Amino acid sequence: MNLLQSSLSLQPVTGLSLWFMAIFSLVFACGAFYGKGYMKHYSGRPLRNSFHWINYAIAYISMMLLCVVENSIAFLVCWEIMALSSFFLVIYESDRPETIKAGINFFIQSHISVVLLTAGFMLIATRTGSFSFDAIPEYCAQNNGMAAFLLLFAGFAVKAGFVPFHTWLPYAHPAAPAHISGVMSGVIIKIGIFGILKMITLFSINFVTAGAIILTVSAISGLYGVMMAIMQHNLKKLLAYHSIENIGIIGMGIGLGCIGAGEGNAILASLGFAGALLHTLNHALFKSVLFFCSGNVYHGTHTLNIESLGGLAKKMPWTAVLFLIASIAICGLPPLNGFISEFIIYSGLFGWMQGAEQGVTTGAVFSILALVMIGGLAILCFTKAYGIIFLGSPRTEIQAHEMEPCRIIPLAVEALIMLSIGICPSFYANLAGSALECFPYAGSTALAASTDLGLVGLAGLAFIIIAAIIYVAKSRHNAQRQVNEGPTWGCGYTEGSPKIQYTATSFVKTYVQLFSFILGSRKEQKLPEGIYPAGGHFESESYDKLESNLIDKPLGGYRRFMDRFSFLQNGKMQFYILYGIIFIVFILILSIIFR
Amino acid sequence: MTSLILILISALFFNGIIIRVKSISAGRKGPGIMQPVKDVIRLFRKGSVYSEVAGPVFRIAPAVYLASVIVACLCVPFGHKAGLIGFRYDFVFFAYALALGKFFCIIGALDTGSSFEGMGAAREALYSMLAEPAFFLIMGSLALMTGYSSFQSIFAELHPSGPMSWALTAIAMFIFLVLAMIENSRMPVDDPKTHLELTMIHEVMVLDNSGIDLGLILLTGYLKFAMYAAIIANLFIGSIPVGFGIPVFLAVQAVCAVIIGLNESFSARFRMNHNPQFIFTLACIALLAVFGVMLMSGQLV
Repeated sequence: MNLLQSSLSLQPVTGLSLWFMAIFSLVFACGAFYGKGYMKHYSGRPLRNSFHWINYAIAYISMMLLCVVENSIAFLVCWEIMALSSFFLVIYESDRPETIKAGINFFIQSHISVVLLTAGFMLIATRTGSFSFDAIPEYCAQNNGMAAFLLLFAGFAVKAGFVPFHTWLPYAHPAAPAHISGVMSGVIIKIGIFGILKMITLFSINFVTAGAIILTVSAISGLYGVMMAIMQHNLKKLLAYHSIENIGIIGMGIGLGCIGAGEGNAILASLGFAGALLHTLNHALFKSVLFFCSGNVYHGTHTLNIESLGGLAKKMPWTAVLFLIASIAICGLPPLNGFISEFIIYSGLFGWMQGAEQGVTTGAVFSILALVMIGGLAILCFTKAYGIIFLGSPRTEIQAHEMEPCRIIPLAVEALIMLSIGICPSFYANLAGSALECFPYAGSTALAASTDLGLVGLAGLAFIIIAAIIYVAKSRHNAQRQVNEGPTWGCGYTEGSPKIQYTATSFVKTYVQLFSFILGSRKEQKLPEGIYPAGGHFESESYDKLESNLIDKPLGGYRRFMDRFSFLQNGKMQFYILYGIIFIVFILILSIIFR
Repeated sequence: MTSLILILISALFFNGIIIRVKSISAGRKGPGIMQPVKDVIRLFRKGSVYSEVAGPVFRIAPAVYLASVIVACLCVPFGHKAGLIGFRYDFVFFAYALALGKFFCIIGALDTGSSFEGMGAAREALYSMLAEPAFFLIMGSLALMTGYSSFQSIFAELHPSGPMSWALTAIAMFIFLVLAMIENSRMPVDDPKTHLELTMIHEVMVLDNSGIDLGLILLTGYLKFAMYAAIIANLFIGSIPVGFGIPVFLAVQAVCAVIIGLNESFSARFRMNHNPQFIFTLACIALLAVFGVMLMSGQLV
């Protein structure tokens, strides 16, 4: 009872919690409306569906609770509820073995995060004797809080998907139903970001060091995520790697904000944290739209393999438009919302560079370089994804059809919010103001004083208007002239077929060759043999080098090591009794020696 | 506003000068200086042929492409007089607006379902990704040197004095010039006059565009050249009165066009697989400029 009281002690909810609760509620609501349509395809399984929706509600409630609890034990309990319910959400299609495999992977990794969090909170509780979050500042006053902070950061980083803790994302997202992928990528991984931000408001440590660490990890996450995303040919896996990239961008904002807080630089702190908060909202919006669209593509065509799609824009026009809007947003291009948050982070990074002291400038320069590369690579990735899936002509015989309105309208609502953020960013920056006040030195006045967000929005609006004017003028001009349709120009070749189109693999081939030292890809080929050559085949697939080196290889080594002791487990009852006797004798001897 | 008008004027002549320089150095009689503009006007009079495969994206793409360059031109100041769009870190907006134009150009090419256009699109996407860091780094170094953060304030503060800042100006000039050539797919990255689709970049992306669409795309190319040359001109005209600034601006435009023309006359195109190295070298040179500025302001040692 005491625990309950202290964890739910009716303290006013902080602006930070409110900001995240608003984002979570928005995406969960859109996901529910969308999921209602999505689940119509599985209406034959009422029991399983009820269980699914119950878990959906539980996941939502636990996320809300995570935002308001002020006690580490209550936090861990809610965290566990959230992890379990999202596990059940992921394994909805549990009759498929790969779903179960992905689910177990997700399950284990979310519990690694629980272990790290528990260790971090225990470290604090053993020193202060209190599980309340109020004890954290007290702990930091007496000890160097860095170790506890880094433990908790690692725990939250597993959930958020920072490299090298990202390996569960590319499995869990493709396995889950589309509305769950959207909600997971949009908001459930953001609970990790919330945790990191919450800890920053509580801890008082050397924020410059912490910020530098977070910034480095984030820049690597961002780059690695987008570099891997380009290689993927499963649409959902591609989007999952993009979540890692966007978490990286959010993390860069957090790192920058921490450095600002450490240096006592109000402008830097405001820009960094505001960029992170806004990008959290932005990513929640465009990533959920993208995942929902991928669900529409999946149900329209029954495949997620980019290589076999094509020309969907004609058959699924609404999905195509929404996917295009979200693609532009995720690339961080004006006039949509992704640009706004990236612009704020750019402003912070350039400001940091200009005001930095000796040696620090280099860090700023390389952070800017990372963000620029992320932007450029994202454009490469999404021109590929959009162009190959929705444009051109179908690459295989696919029967595609548009989805019912309830699977379009929630997405359109989100797209409108995205556009409104792009055009009036200052309004949303003000909304984030009370969340921003939670951080040391940060505030909306410093933010407003250090960027011209209103003008950025106007410039985006100007872009839309100019493009619209040119387009209308062009259409009118064409209306007065002869406009014909003909086959695509084949440079003299007249027997064109959809098969000669550029594929996703060929679109990124030069890139893959260029970055082959980072990206892993396997090739398997068999040349045609015999007098009448036949039977040749070629296969290439990409794999995650970090995953294979950091997880698969050590695990394989561990397994080989443990295999040496497999003779002990030989299935004969006599031996097991013998082990028991040996153990008892051993204990007896020990107790005699150390009496 | 001044800068926009001047960019529009110089865009009329820029490609003409390049063509004249090329024909003079090749000993040909060659077309007149207004030929590129006449080409566009002729295209505007024509009707269009659209591919049966292409959808709305293909029709919107040229408009967005042109709009992106116009918006970018609006950001460019004239010395200490700001452009129509001007705010802190407007050069980030400038680069990203151009990127949106490129995004649409690329998906417009993919919309036709042609193998050749896909090839061009893939190359354009990769090369513009590789070229982007150079722009940000060189603008970063200028921002670092002057301590200001928008195009207008940086250029107003910038006046070459002393060997170090002259060196930086030279590097910046070089980078903007090569960027202009890469963005417009000219030598040494791409040869606009090549006759083989397999070796093209930009030209092969717009194979299916005709009539007004092609006209808009050509116009965009001219504007892009003039825009980059305007940025180069801005390196010099920040601190001099407008009266002198205008002739200097036009002279810089002409000199840039002549340099590009000479370069195209006397050099050959790279092999396609050397392009990424070449383009990324630009980013490395820009990095040198950043370190140069840091050295100058004592931030490195």
